[in-house]
Amino acid sequence: MNNQQPPTDPPCCQQQRRTFLTRFSIGLSAIIGFIIALPGIGFVLAPVFKKPKAKWRTVGKLADFKVGGFVLVQYEDPSPVSWAGVTATAGAWLRRTNESEFIAFSINCRHLGCPVRWVDDPRLFMCPCHGGVYYEDGTVAAGPPPEPLERLNVRIRNGLVEIETAPTPLTLTTLT
Amino acid sequence: MSNNSLTRIWNWIDNRIGFSDYIVPLMVHLVPDNARWWYIFGSATLCAFIVQVVTGISLAMFYVPGGEDTYQSLQYITNTAPLGSLVRGLHYYGASAMVMLAVIHMVQVYMHATYKYPREMNWMSGVVLLFVVLGMAFTGQLLRWDANGVWSVTVAAEMAGRTPIVGPTLAHFILGGETVGGATITRFFAMHVFIMPAMIFAGIGLHMLLIMRHGISEMPDTNQPVDPETYKAAYEERIQKTGVPFWPDAIWRDMIFSTLIVGVILACSIFVGPPALDPPPNPSSINANPLPDWYFLWYFAVLSLLPPQLETFVILGVPIVGFVVLFFLPLLSNKGHRAPSKRPWAGGTVIFGSVAFIVLTIYGYKKPWSPDFGVKELPASIVGTDHGPLAEGAKLMHIKGCLYCHDIGGYGGHRGPELTEIGKLLTRDDIIIRINNGGHNMPAFASSMSAVELNLIVDFLLTRGVEQKKNEQQSATP
Repeated sequence: MNNQQPPTDPPCCQQQRRTFLTRFSIGLSAIIGFIIALPGIGFVLAPVFKKPKAKWRTVGKLADFKVGGFVLVQYEDPSPVSWAGVTATAGAWLRRTNESEFIAFSINCRHLGCPVRWVDDPRLFMCPCHGGVYYEDGTVAAGPPPEPLERLNVRIRNGLVEIETAPTPLTLTTLT
Repeated sequence: MSNNSLTRIWNWIDNRIGFSDYIVPLMVHLVPDNARWWYIFGSATLCAFIVQVVTGISLAMFYVPGGEDTYQSLQYITNTAPLGSLVRGLHYYGASAMVMLAVIHMVQVYMHATYKYPREMNWMSGVVLLFVVLGMAFTGQLLRWDANGVWSVTVAAEMAGRTPIVGPTLAHFILGGETVGGATITRFFAMHVFIMPAMIFAGIGLHMLLIMRHGISEMPDTNQPVDPETYKAAYEERIQKTGVPFWPDAIWRDMIFSTLIVGVILACSIFVGPPALDPPPNPSSINANPLPDWYFLWYFAVLSLLPPQLETFVILGVPIVGFVVLFFLPLLSNKGHRAPSKRPWAGGTVIFGSVAFIVLTIYGYKKPWSPDFGVKELPASIVGTDHGPLAEGAKLMHIKGCLYCHDIGGYGGHRGPELTEIGKLLTRDDIIIRINNGGHNMPAFASSMSAVELNLIVDFLLTRGVEQKKNEQQSATP
């Protein structure tokens, strides 16, 4: 066993050395921390900042859609991951309004995102979660949704109907 | 090997690692003699956590976190893997047990005011643990990645999106992108399996360290309010005089209760089984009705019953304000009386909170604010006939979706007022105006209903409750 006691009054240069070593060790620990943490943080946050480009997805042939009520169409997200499978499917309510025009809405209710259902006879979209209701033009008919259904871009190309992919609509809080 | 050899081997190991020097003193630390059956809930929570860790690791051997395969791995675990359904059930009921026991433990500590000096940090670390446990419960439900999971995470992201300024960033962080996809479930897996358990291990470590430092509290005594000046010396004196070693004089009660808890978890997983899987996690599926697991139904009911203008404040405010109030509770009052009989507000708070929890959970199950899409047509017994204009009007009530939100004679939804006796309450003109123009939370049907259809519905509604009214009038006249 070491029976020597450390000096109770170390010389000033020993104290300065200890202060320097303390700061040096803390500084290097901070550097190690940054080197380890920053790439990980960047990796985890990347999907927040790297937005995929919107893509046009084919949802059917022009001839398949009759003028009338809304039909549910499904298409693939512009998802960047290849293993997504069924989870990369997006849905939209699509209606042919005349020979050459379509209107499409995102299925997400603008209240809290639940999928709305088109009910043909009363010509309403109804949300199962909190009773939000929208008219066939997407405007709010009743219930808590603060905004109308999100419109999606539709085009006809070479006899095919295409919808442009879009992010899940969010209802934002503005401070002003 | 002889006993002597085993003893020598153990003594050698013990001498090198110090089990007798470090661990045994912790086991036999003195606890108050009157610390009995009220004190079993903390260890039971820890026991439930051990159940979760063991079953969770087991599930992780088969569970595939990501995209489409997640659902298939869940089906495999539930339907095909030997004992898979049992392990899933243990994990699900273990989660329920953990949330329940953590709250019961907190309520017991609150009622005995054990958060007072010197155990303020015990309480604070416990509050952090509680919120992490609730986070585990939520992320765990999402790992049951079916249709319910997809829509639950969408709702969670929408709620987070309501945060001013950073809302979209938070929402996209939760989703792992701008939409639900293959990157969504992987991050919840990382949170549920790595990040939050690490926080719980650290929190439990601190929590247990503080128990050892400050000792298990004695039962509250009306004659001994907490005085920080004298408490520690008095505690030390009392514990040396009447304290008993935790192992085995006190721990046997914890063992009985924890065995009971594990037995109940096992029985539920054998006889009830894990929750059934919803359809696959398809974000384009419209036949979904997301619901949280039972321990969050009360909060789901609060949010659903709120006026929409208050929603954002409550969604964002309640978790934050709730955490702050609970966390800083010991600083509000860390001395004085501990006995429940001297603290009526504490008792009142617990009773109010418990009743509110039960009532709101029942509402969360019943969901009267959701339209009832599965409602059938009104039967002839309610309509009074099965042909003619009345029957046609009743049929139209179903076709036009009125019954989704309105109840007649027990058939229909509860989103809007009951119409069983509407013929007694409104005139023809009242009903026509309401159907055509809509009203509070009711859409206008003028553009989706012909005049003929409107008249048939109104004629039918005017008969609701009127027969009874006529009978009452006839019996009232001499």
